[in-house]
Amino acid sequence: MARVVEVSGLGKTYALGEERVQALRGVDLALDAGEFVAVMGPSGSGKSTFMHVVGLLDTPTAGTYRFEGADVSTLRADDRADIRGRRLGFVFQAYNLLPRTSAVENVELPMVYAGVSEAERRTIALAKLDLIGISHLANHHPNQMSGGQQQRVAIARALVNDPGLILADEPTGALDTQTSKDIMSLFARLNEEQGITIMLVTHEPDVAAYARRIVTFRDGLITSDTRNERRAA
Amino acid sequence: MNLKATLALALSALVRNKARSLLTMLGIVIGVAAVIVTVAIGVGARTSVQQSINSLGSNLIVVQPGSVTQTGARSGFGGASTLTPDDGLAIAKLPGVAAVSPMVSVRTQVVAGDNNWQTTIAGVAPTYTFIRSWPLASGRFINENDVASAAKVAVLGQTVIAQLFPNGDSPLGQTVIVKGAPFTVIGTLSALGQSGLGQDQDDTVLIPYTSAMERLTGLTTVNALMVSASEQEQIDPVQQSVTRLLEQRHRIVPPEMDDFQVRNLQSIAQAASQTGTVMELLLAGVAAVSLIVGGIGIMNIMLVSVTERTREIGLRMSVGARASTILRQFLAEAIVLATIGGLIGVIAGGIGTLAIGLATHWPMAIPPQWILASVAFSAMVGIFFGYYPARQAAALNPIEALRFE
Repeated sequence: MARVVEVSGLGKTYALGEERVQALRGVDLALDAGEFVAVMGPSGSGKSTFMHVVGLLDTPTAGTYRFEGADVSTLRADDRADIRGRRLGFVFQAYNLLPRTSAVENVELPMVYAGVSEAERRTIALAKLDLIGISHLANHHPNQMSGGQQQRVAIARALVNDPGLILADEPTGALDTQTSKDIMSLFARLNEEQGITIMLVTHEPDVAAYARRIVTFRDGLITSDTRNERRAA
Repeated sequence: MNLKATLALALSALVRNKARSLLTMLGIVIGVAAVIVTVAIGVGARTSVQQSINSLGSNLIVVQPGSVTQTGARSGFGGASTLTPDDGLAIAKLPGVAAVSPMVSVRTQVVAGDNNWQTTIAGVAPTYTFIRSWPLASGRFINENDVASAAKVAVLGQTVIAQLFPNGDSPLGQTVIVKGAPFTVIGTLSALGQSGLGQDQDDTVLIPYTSAMERLTGLTTVNALMVSASEQEQIDPVQQSVTRLLEQRHRIVPPEMDDFQVRNLQSIAQAASQTGTVMELLLAGVAAVSLIVGGIGIMNIMLVSVTERTREIGLRMSVGARASTILRQFLAEAIVLATIGGLIGVIAGGIGTLAIGLATHWPMAIPPQWILASVAFSAMVGIFFGYYPARQAAALNPIEALRFE
C-alpha cells in the first residue's frame, strides 16, 4: 500500500502576542492510500493545526513531513500551492463555494489553477458531479441549493484533480443530522468504492464513526490511534 | 494561468457585480470623455485658426504705422501717419518680395439707388487680389491706369452686393456713391466668408488707393502696407529687410523707436496655436486630475472587494492558486475595469464631440493617437491604483482568509 502521508516528530510553534504557543509537540503518523481516518480532539488540541500542515496550508517548525514520498516540510509557498491544487482536495465546514457561480464552474476551479483546458474541465467537472449524484444541479448557483447540496458540490470540487488525499475540516458542522449522515455516507462510499484517501477532522464521535481509523489529539500530541471496528454505514 | 484565462476570470468577477463595476468605471469614463472632447475642440479650433489665417493671404507681411505720443498720450500702433505709397514702391524692389499693396481704409456709407449700407472702403493696388489670394467673381479688378488716374472705379464684396442690390441685378456697370462721389462698379469679389476673428471679409468695397487718398482721407499716408513674400522661407528675411529699409527711409537711428511695425501672420498663427497649446495642457491637466480621482475610486472599490472576498481568496489559494496568481487576478480586474472605462469614455467623448459639432458647427477632430493614449493611460491608471489592493490580496494567509467572517 502506498504511503500518502508520513510525519515524524512534527512540531508547530507560533507566537501569539508575547506567548509562544506549541500547537504540535512532536506528532508521528503514517497514512496509506485508501485509508479513511478521523482526527478527533477537543478544540486547542492541535488537530486543526495538524490538518493545516498536512494540507500544506501551513509549514511545520520541527520534524519532517513526507507527502506521497517527497519531503514537503520546507517547500516554498508556490510549490505548496501547486501540490494543494494538484494532489490535495479540501472540504470545509462552510462549503466555501464562489457566490453567483454555477455548481459546475465551482467544481472546475481547481482545474483552472492546474492548467487544465477549458473543454476538458467541463467534461471532468460534470463527471464528478455525476459521481456525487448531483449532475442535475450543474447549473444551479450556491444560493439556489441546500446546505447538503452545496457540500456535495464542494466534495465534487475536492475530487476533481483526482487528489492523493482529501482533507475534510468539520464537513458536517453546518448541517442537520440527516444531511450529516448523507454526507458521511457519501465519504464512506467514495472511500470504499473509489479507494479515495480521506482525512476527516471533527470533534463529533457520530461523524468520526464513519471512518476506519480514529486518531485522537490532546495538547499537541496523538493520544490514541485505533481501528474503528464498528463503522457506521 | 495564462493571460486569456486571467482576463476571463477578471471579466466574470466584474460582471458578477455589474452595477458596482459600472459606477466604479464612471470616474475614468468621465475623465477620458473630457479628454477626448477637449482635445477635439482644441484641435478643431487650431485647424480653423490656421485655415482662416491662410485665407488672409499667402506669406503675408503687414506693415503698420507705429505709435505716436501727443501731449503725453500714446496712440497705440497705427496712430502715427508715417507710411506712404512710396515706402510701398521701395519695398516692392526688395529681394524676396512678390508684391506690395498699400491699404487705405475708411468706414463710411455707400449708396446705390434707394439702398445704402455702411461698409469698409479699402483703397488698394492692383496686386491686392494676388496678395490676398482672393479671386474675382465677375468683371475686372483695379489696374495700373486706375491707380495712376485715381479713377472712380469700385470692386464690391458679396455682402455689399447683397445689401445694395437686393433684387439680384448685376452690379457691374452700376454706380455707387461714396462720400458724394460716384464710383463705377467694374468687378465683384468672390465670397471669402468670415475671418479668423469673426469679421465678415465680404463686407468691403475695394477702390484704387490713390482715389481713396484723394477723395476719402485727403492724406498722403496709408493705413498699412501689405507685403507678400515670394516663399514661406522668405517671410523672415523679408520682414527684416523691410524693417531696415523703412528705418533708413524714415531716418530712424537706434535707440529711437521705429515709427512702424512689421508683422507676419505666421507669428500670429504661432501665437494662436501657442494659446491653443496652453489651453490644451490646462484641459489635459484637468482631465488627468479626474482620471486620478477615477483611479482612486478603483483602488477604493478594489480594497473593498479584497476584504469582501477574503474567503474566496483563501479558497482559491487552498485549491492551488499561487500568491502571484491572486495578485495577477486582482490586478487584471483593476486594469480591465479601468480599460473598459477608458473605452466607454472614448465612445462617450466621440458622441459628445459629434453632438457639440452638430450644435455649434465648430470644426472638430479627434486625433487617433489621443484615442490610443487615453485608453493606454486608463490601463496605466488601473495598474497603478490596482497594484496595492492586489498585493493586499496576494499577501493573505490562506488559513486566516478561510476563517474570515
